[in-house]
Amino acid sequence: MGNLFRKLELDLRLIGMLAALAIIWVGFDTLTDGGFLTPRNLWNLSVQSSSVAVMATGMVLVIVTRNIDLSVGSILGFTGMIIGVTQAAILPQLWGFDHPLTWVVAAVVGLLVGTVIGALQGAVIAYLGVSSFIVSLGGLLIWRGAAWWVTTGQTVAPLDSRFKPIGGGIEGAIGANASWAIGIVAVALAIAVLITARRRRQGFGFTVRPLWAEAVIASLVSIAILGAVLVVNSYPLPIGVVRKLQAAAGAPEDAPLPEIAHGFAIPVLIAIAVGLAMTFLANRTRFGRYVFAIGGNPEAAELSGINTKRLLTRVFALMGLLAGISACISTARLQSATNATGTLDELYTIASAVIGGTSLSGGTGTIYGAMLGAVVMQSLQSGMVLLGVDAPLQNIVVGLVLVAAVWIDTIYRRHVK
Amino acid sequence: METYATPAPLVEMRNISLTFGGIKAVDDVSVQLHEGEVVGLLGHNGAGKSTLIKILSGAYPAESGEIWVNGEKAHITSPRDAKTYGIETIYQTLALADNVDAAANIFLGREILTRWGTLDDAAMESQTRKVMARLNPHFRRFKDPVRALSGGQRQSVAIARAIHFDARILIMDEPTAALGPAETKQVGDLTLSLKQEGIGIFLISHDVHDVFDLADRIYVMKNGRLVGSARVSDVTKDEVLGMIILGKCPPGGLPGPGAAPRER
Repeated sequence: MGNLFRKLELDLRLIGMLAALAIIWVGFDTLTDGGFLTPRNLWNLSVQSSSVAVMATGMVLVIVTRNIDLSVGSILGFTGMIIGVTQAAILPQLWGFDHPLTWVVAAVVGLLVGTVIGALQGAVIAYLGVSSFIVSLGGLLIWRGAAWWVTTGQTVAPLDSRFKPIGGGIEGAIGANASWAIGIVAVALAIAVLITARRRRQGFGFTVRPLWAEAVIASLVSIAILGAVLVVNSYPLPIGVVRKLQAAAGAPEDAPLPEIAHGFAIPVLIAIAVGLAMTFLANRTRFGRYVFAIGGNPEAAELSGINTKRLLTRVFALMGLLAGISACISTARLQSATNATGTLDELYTIASAVIGGTSLSGGTGTIYGAMLGAVVMQSLQSGMVLLGVDAPLQNIVVGLVLVAAVWIDTIYRRHVK
Repeated sequence: METYATPAPLVEMRNISLTFGGIKAVDDVSVQLHEGEVVGLLGHNGAGKSTLIKILSGAYPAESGEIWVNGEKAHITSPRDAKTYGIETIYQTLALADNVDAAANIFLGREILTRWGTLDDAAMESQTRKVMARLNPHFRRFKDPVRALSGGQRQSVAIARAIHFDARILIMDEPTAALGPAETKQVGDLTLSLKQEGIGIFLISHDVHDVFDLADRIYVMKNGRLVGSARVSDVTKDEVLGMIILGKCPPGGLPGPGAAPRER
């Protein structure tokens, strides 16, 4: 078995996480008599995971550099309020309601504000030498307070109609055909990446995986992608919505209603795109290499001529940018901006990164692990909601799972070493 | 004393001083290093030798004094500056990022990029295989993080990083402190072969025997000041120990500002 994995060069930790996720999913499905593994629940699960999953990708890099960011939930709340006010109050005064660019400007403003806040905190941490725990703890209070201040606590609603799809919902589902198209392109890209990597290693005369192993990996990846398409395409829109769509299309009222599938939700596609971009950044660029080097040995990084202070500032700025993206997703999903949005999200984000194998002592962590961690956390919560578990007990279970996951990871690390 | 073929020394540090919290860690020290020369820098722990060398490698800026490389005044304010002058350092702590592999460490700060600006890991691994084949032919663990390597293997990675980029001046800070006898000999052989290539080497050690085997000349520091310098052939080990412990410069050596006054 171990030999088989070595041939495939698969990450044992990834397999462990997938197995844990499978156990959680099948377990809840059994307990709820088939209520968990339905297209509808999985679709909702994917949408609910996306906001934290986006931030978890940045938290990995923060933790890898031996830092922490406790302020991301509050940054999300504050930028969410800014996004809300920009599109519901400021821009309509400028160019009226329902302007096609309103949502774009609001989103860009949100991303900018998030980035600036992150860069500011990062600069204090890197150049003034205040510990990230304290700076971001301060940030947690400051930005939550600032979120209230934006409208003195009033909820901002309704949001721009073009902004809502970012949060998912019926407007934010791309439909069956587009989902198939994305799935097929993704499969083609994955296979192309596998082939290029193999050619490159062969070009240098390095050993490569046996062909059958490449084929196994390519098929597993393709099955996973196309399986996901199949699931989201098996979740039909509600009948009422279909009826409205039919009426809008001018179909007679007594015509039979077709089954229209949801397809992928836009926030999920955003999260996947962020995950791919962050994986690329972490593994294929100097920036990512230096982030890991600093985590492994800050002094060595400094002696290698790396500008560690500037790099650290950038890592926190990136975290702020991701909190801005999550703010777009969260406010669009709630269809309103409130000063409480994102409360406790910093803890879910950190927990996702840690469950995903990011070591708090720095130097190790993966983007895909953190995103899977976010799905694990959300699966536990959704499952318990389906089971009707009380909210306090949900927190207790999530807390226990977090500690247990890290304990298992510690044992695994010791064993591997 | 024999004269050198090259008029200007490879490196000349002139009147270097640096104070840490009111204590003069390096006090008016001047040293020279010539092409193809191995120069030992000796002294107790805390004598200031590591600090002096960190000024040359760009880790600390000097408060006063000048550094000249190949007869031209050099401005070294960061490790990156030092590297542009061909000054490479093997630190006592090795300064390796333990969580990444040998290639990532060797190319840290100087990565090979593809034409799209992304890391060219395959090219870096390929060059790593070449340089490691020269230093440590049995090295196979190219994909493992360096924390998984033995002391000698880690040392080879640190040496590979220093010599891979055409170093002209090599600083070795206690290079054999953590090594067994076989590996120590390997480092010694390597030092001599680099010397053959015309590289100037500063060898920092508190072990007189190591230095006597490898160095052409020695400098001795005590309490931040230079006790003196000597050709290894002109002094005995006991005399050098006297320099280190008592600060006394023997007749065969050239006394520095920190030498104890001669007994009459």
